[in-house]
Amino acid sequence: MAEQDEGRGKEKKFSIWDLPDVPMGQLPPHLELQRTRVLCNKDAPIHTESIQYSGAYSSIGVDNSVRLDNFCNNFRVEVIQLNEDDMVFDMIGIDAAIANSFRRILIAEVPTMAIEKVLIANNTSVVQDEVLAHRLGLVPIRVDPRLFDYMSENDQPNEKNTVVFKLHVNCKKGSPRITVKSDELKWLPNGSELVKESTANSDSSSKPETYTYFSCSQESVPEFVKNPIAPKYPDIILAKLGPGQEIELEAHAVKGIGKTHAKWSPVATAWYRMLPEVILLEDVKDDLAEELKSKCPVNVYDIEDIGKGKKRATVARPRSCTLCRECIRGDDWEKRVALRRVKNHFIFTIESTGALPPEVLFTEAVKILEDKCERVITELS
Amino acid sequence: MEHGSFTDNSAATFSLTDEDHTLANSVRFTLNQDPRVTFSGYSIPHPSQARINIRVQTTGEAASEVLKDACQDLMLMCRHVRSTFDKAVEDFKASNAVKAMKIDSKDSSDSEESE
Repeated sequence: MAEQDEGRGKEKKFSIWDLPDVPMGQLPPHLELQRTRVLCNKDAPIHTESIQYSGAYSSIGVDNSVRLDNFCNNFRVEVIQLNEDDMVFDMIGIDAAIANSFRRILIAEVPTMAIEKVLIANNTSVVQDEVLAHRLGLVPIRVDPRLFDYMSENDQPNEKNTVVFKLHVNCKKGSPRITVKSDELKWLPNGSELVKESTANSDSSSKPETYTYFSCSQESVPEFVKNPIAPKYPDIILAKLGPGQEIELEAHAVKGIGKTHAKWSPVATAWYRMLPEVILLEDVKDDLAEELKSKCPVNVYDIEDIGKGKKRATVARPRSCTLCRECIRGDDWEKRVALRRVKNHFIFTIESTGALPPEVLFTEAVKILEDKCERVITELS
Repeated sequence: MEHGSFTDNSAATFSLTDEDHTLANSVRFTLNQDPRVTFSGYSIPHPSQARINIRVQTTGEAASEVLKDACQDLMLMCRHVRSTFDKAVEDFKASNAVKAMKIDSKDSSDSEESE
């Protein structure tokens, strides 16, 4: 900056960069607000796009690029809740594009096992064949899909790509109606038991040909002895039988991804939201404070006493804000309360259907994104 | 496949099959962060067809090199995300186990395990 002054021939002009409160290399506060926060106004949110272009602030001399080491230093994960079937965790320092990619992969591209082919030997119930087969396909199965391979059209069903279940329920004449629940699905570790009707000139082999070609039992894998393969929830209603009706079928489950059919999606759902930030722009006192506290349906605000009978509103639980905008709805409230979202802080929720625990699901999803990148790189070189 | 000029390789359109917004948006994000890139964007020519077109224009470097670097960066970011996430889950499980132990020992008897 000294050179500029000399270059101007010792004129007493001052440059804005010489002012003490504009720090060099950093954005002024209003631009920083625009870059990192979504302002949720009464009518619509503004500044929703993320300013990704590396040269966006180059005229002020600020580098907007997120280099890899910067990312690695600033990225944090905090787990809030972790159960057997769902988890809530925070990802801080990541951009919406990548968070959305993880969400899309979790829903559509992490593989699972689901029933695909149903061989029906006898169905005299009121539920049609195809409806029953559709319902069987949607039953979540508790098995680790990483132990299996995909089955293409030319493959034969064997123990590496198929899981076989049997369902045989009979309602005897004279007994009351029964409900067929998913715990009636029995796992057959040795493969199919339905015999294929071969043509007359089959040689007199001792073993009749079935619909699957298992060379060894699936029970030889120790993982399946510890946790036998079964539907995750034993109380899913599949059909109802009246007296004299019977269902006898065999179901083959194969590996697939959610993109082909939603039955192969490993999550009930997975979603994220940005961290809410609630700012009180001016002091909200006494009656207004009470009004503000009662307006919020999720109790974001609290009242604190500042002595002499005066009360003031504070923001106690900004994280639970659902952006209902009740607190900025009346007259003048918009200049007292500012609702914002932090653009790079995501609260992820993953609800698994049971095949894999949620933390394993997320790791698998990240691995799948890595594989996609690698495929692009090998295609380019 | 890469569609571009034979003489000027600093700008090109890459057409990838079997991909959709999942990869395209993330790659576009990492491309934008690179200071050598003047323009980056993606489009999907038809929603029924699984094909994306990624357009890269650089300040003089070969566009395919820049795209390769962006994919490498994305891979490294994913690896870092994975390791951070695994560590966070382990820490959470360990601290929960400690809490469960503390609650158990407080319930059962007077002696407690101090950390």
